[in-house]
Amino acid sequence: MPAELPLALRPDAEVRVPAAPVRQAGRRSGPLFAAGVVALLVSLAACMVVGSGDIGFGELGRVLGGHLGLDVEPLPRLLDSLVWDLRVPRVLMAAVVGAALAGCGAVLQAVTRNALAEPYLLGVSHGASTGAVLVVVLGVGGGVVSVSGGALVGALCSFALLLALLGRRGLGSVRVVLTGIVIGLLFEAVTYLVLMASSDADTTRAVTHWLLGSMAPSRWDSLTVTTVVAAAGLLVLWLHATALDGFAFGTDTAASLGVDVRRTRIVLLVATAVLTSVVVASVGAIAFVGLLVPHGVRFLVGPSHRVLLPLSALAGAVFLVWADALSRVAFAPRDVPVGVFTALVGVPLFLLVLRRRGEL
Amino acid sequence: MRISARNLTWTAGGTTVVRNVTMAVESGETVGLIGPNGAGKSSLLRCLAGLRTPTAGTVHHDGEDIAAHDPRHVARRLAFVEQTGESDTDPRVADVVALGRTPFRDRWRGLSPADHAVVDAALDHLGLAGLRHRHWSTLSGGERQRTHLARALAQRPTAILLDEPTNHLDIRHQLELLELLSHTSQTVLVALHDLALAARYCDRLLLLHRGELVAHGTPTEVLTPALLRQVYEVDVHIGQDDLGYPVLAYRAPVSQAR
Repeated sequence: MPAELPLALRPDAEVRVPAAPVRQAGRRSGPLFAAGVVALLVSLAACMVVGSGDIGFGELGRVLGGHLGLDVEPLPRLLDSLVWDLRVPRVLMAAVVGAALAGCGAVLQAVTRNALAEPYLLGVSHGASTGAVLVVVLGVGGGVVSVSGGALVGALCSFALLLALLGRRGLGSVRVVLTGIVIGLLFEAVTYLVLMASSDADTTRAVTHWLLGSMAPSRWDSLTVTTVVAAAGLLVLWLHATALDGFAFGTDTAASLGVDVRRTRIVLLVATAVLTSVVVASVGAIAFVGLLVPHGVRFLVGPSHRVLLPLSALAGAVFLVWADALSRVAFAPRDVPVGVFTALVGVPLFLLVLRRRGEL
Repeated sequence: MRISARNLTWTAGGTTVVRNVTMAVESGETVGLIGPNGAGKSSLLRCLAGLRTPTAGTVHHDGEDIAAHDPRHVARRLAFVEQTGESDTDPRVADVVALGRTPFRDRWRGLSPADHAVVDAALDHLGLAGLRHRHWSTLSGGERQRTHLARALAQRPTAILLDEPTNHLDIRHQLELLELLSHTSQTVLVALHDLALAARYCDRLLLLHRGELVAHGTPTEVLTPALLRQVYEVDVHIGQDDLGYPVLAYRAPVSQAR
């Protein structure tokens, strides 16, 4: 090995950039982004015509065109309302929720250095459910914002409980997930207790979707709130991409690279709690999206978060849009909560991850 | 960069791990940090690197109290290499080396062409250019340690702190690593277990025992039978090889009954 340091590595020297194009360190992610965006647009359109009502792409175009102020022949009022008031916000909601959950999973896996971390398995979704149900049942205003606020308090409580139970003994391995599942069970029990103790049958039916995860209650108002929060939250996560990469070799190496570990952890845990709560407040707790999607995307593009996070968000959106479409038609006319489907797909893959890590 | 500590104490969980250490590593020196297991080498290194906040005392980098600066400021001048930097996300060699640019990056942008040039230079310097696309899980222990060193060099630091970097390396890779470190113009402080290697490659040695600095000076000043008997509880014969470097021949451990 040469003894003399090359100029580019000397702290006091100017870095000269070679005139020849520099080899890129990362895999080419541009085509994958483009493919992801196209896949998302196609999925959105395809899934908007799936479900009850005889709607083709032509009808969909007329509804969308009409509401966007284009001069098109309108559909009958009932059909128009079915598409515009129910179907369109529902499909868009699935995309936003899928993106948010996949982003949360990717970040939690990096921050806890645990391949199994995601909001549902860590019990954060259950905490958010409890908060949301409490707000509804106690009647502290039923709007999207107050329910989201309740969900956020619940999510932060479950995070705090998780960290307190884990103590200082690190965040690795199955222990975190076991603790998370225990916390999830606790919050689920509290949610049922609140439901049984203080509400009538109608409220009970109305809030069961928080426990199962269903896109059915999505409307434009909840979609707007969820989209704004998800966009802001995902941006915050993305801006910490470099710091997240640094966590790959543990907190000491991250800190030695100038990452403020404590601050970054708090910001990212709060951001994922906010994302999880707004999702849970709108559509309930949906399992495994945060686990499956980032693992699949990491397998394709590697662990660099600048690429992993946006691609996970895209893939999560596509995944949940299709899962929701499936939940609409599989047992039509009955609408199966999408959380049931993601769990059916998720459990075998969860076992696969465990097995590959040699922990099962 | 000159690294100094004054009356540095670090306590964890009620145990004083580093006790009242005052020391300095001068700019450009290669200094070895030696001492038995549990002597506080890792903790002292982490305090000096700004990764732990001392319970008492101060750490200065080139006369600046690092307590007054954020981690990013420290990381722009000082690199730290852990004993076992392991990852289960399986990044590629070039990605790991690019981590060294973290303290200089703008969170809105990717790596700049200048960053890429530094990463390439670090890869070339450590003979890793051919491995740049290899995944972490496919690397040998020596290749992993070299990748971490390349990552540290990509920080373009004026000082490098290393915590037992030669662990898990065969003798050839140990020699290569220390050869490289002792020839760089940067300040190097390296925790080592092998006393003969420490003597061979370091300008000076710091000997820690139960958290206290018990000796410092040139290898011949520090490596004396009396001191090693006191600290390591072994009898040792110290000779010289034909190049004038110390050779240590260990005798039986000193009897536990005192």
